[in-house]
Amino acid sequence: MSWGSWSEFWAMGGYAFYVWGAYGVTAAAIAVEVWALARRTRRSRETAS
Amino acid sequence: MSTAIKWFWFASPQTFFPLAGRVAVVCAIGAALLGAAGLYVGFFVAPTDAQQGDAYRIIFIHVAAAWMSMFLYVVMAFWAAIGLAFNTRLSAMMASAIAPTGAMFTFVALWTGALWGRPAWGAYWVWDARLTSELILLFLYLGFMALQAAIDDQRRADRAGALLAIVGVVNVPIIYYSVQWWNTLHQGASVSLTRAPSMATAMLWGMLLMALAFWLYSIAAALARVRCIIRERE
Amino acid sequence: MIAAIRCVLRRDLLLALRRPSDVATALLFFVIVASLFPLGVGAEPNQLRAIAPGVIWVSALLSSMLSLARLFAADHADGTLEQMLLGAAPLGAVAAAKVLAHWLVAGLPLVAIAPVIALQYDMPVPLYGTLALSLLLGTPVLSFIGAIGAALTLGLRGGGVLLALLVLPLYVPVLIFGAGSVDMAAAGLSALGQLQLLAALLVVSAAFAPWAIATALRISME
Repeated sequence: MSWGSWSEFWAMGGYAFYVWGAYGVTAAAIAVEVWALARRTRRSRETAS
Repeated sequence: MSTAIKWFWFASPQTFFPLAGRVAVVCAIGAALLGAAGLYVGFFVAPTDAQQGDAYRIIFIHVAAAWMSMFLYVVMAFWAAIGLAFNTRLSAMMASAIAPTGAMFTFVALWTGALWGRPAWGAYWVWDARLTSELILLFLYLGFMALQAAIDDQRRADRAGALLAIVGVVNVPIIYYSVQWWNTLHQGASVSLTRAPSMATAMLWGMLLMALAFWLYSIAAALARVRCIIRERE
Repeated sequence: MIAAIRCVLRRDLLLALRRPSDVATALLFFVIVASLFPLGVGAEPNQLRAIAPGVIWVSALLSSMLSLARLFAADHADGTLEQMLLGAAPLGAVAAAKVLAHWLVAGLPLVAIAPVIALQYDMPVPLYGTLALSLLLGTPVLSFIGAIGAALTLGLRGGGVLLALLVLPLYVPVLIFGAGSVDMAAAGLSALGQLQLLAALLVVSAAFAPWAIATALRISME
């Protein structure tokens, strides 16, 4: 699969909104979970010590 | 004999704690690597689809997330059942640790499904049998988490959640079947969101890699969370 | 065991009859909810006829759930539930008896009132039989499943709403087959498949729910 140029890649054949909307929210959801876990780890370490 | 001893050795939260930490790190690294590989295949190897254009590339995360959401619920119910049957604290903690990750993937499956549905079938929400079942699965996850959050007594929370998870997992096939039937009744020609006419090898590889990446990520997240729970409780 | 079931059944029915307002409220709720839909979606007769089975079923579902919170609350408050836990009679049988009493008081009347709602929606008369049968088979399942939720949420704050969140996803198959059976009949097809599935759900829930309810009661009462 070869994209003509980077701008073609980001455009996703006109479906940029859908593709990046999907991937973006997925990345955000994972990021939120990781951040929440990190916060919980920090808190639990403080209360455990 | 030695394997039997090893098994119960790690059933104690104290001894499980360091093991969980090491496995979590390994799985996290594996998830990142496989995820990168999967994304590469999905965006730079798999060709553009003849009918759906590049919109179909959502399939790589949608299908993986949906698989994870269902798989994690079963695993959660498994640990819940073990905890209820054998009264082991760690099993109950594992069940509680898995739930948020499972709910997250269910949400992702629904969101990506909606964004895929719009370009492919014209509407964000088409009441497809699978998406509707996913929605109900999300409610089951949230119900589990809400029930445990509402109970102050830890032991009661563990056991009540466990029973709910078991009742849920038994019902999931029934719910799926009933929604499947409902969908064919009300939609005539069923539009199956995951039906791709012919799957190029690259597409299959992309989905597989992302599914494995999500699986390793789930293990890492659940183990990290169970370590938090162990710290909080012990 | 039979004696225990009879005893609990009679007691619950007597208690319910002494408080007719509780029972009547749930039934009134059923009628009110069903009457709200035309106000929301418009009174076009064809549309109403089409949505009638679903509306009646959803209203029955919500009404049944409303009365579930009461199922164990009163006995829990005055200590009777503890006695039942410690007593000689198997807790599963006691639970089944309470569910049966709940259904007789909260589910069966729905079957009786449903034709009135069907009349409001101008449902063709031949469908009344299928509707009644689907409700007759389905409402006990709702009572059984709902009782599990009621036992799990015993004494919790925010209990009613939490109960709804837990139980409504589990209600989905009953709703689908219940309303679906009437839809099939409306389309001129045989509703037998759906009704048989409802009967199967009834048998399975009657067999397994008492165990789950008893376990949930023990979990909640420790």
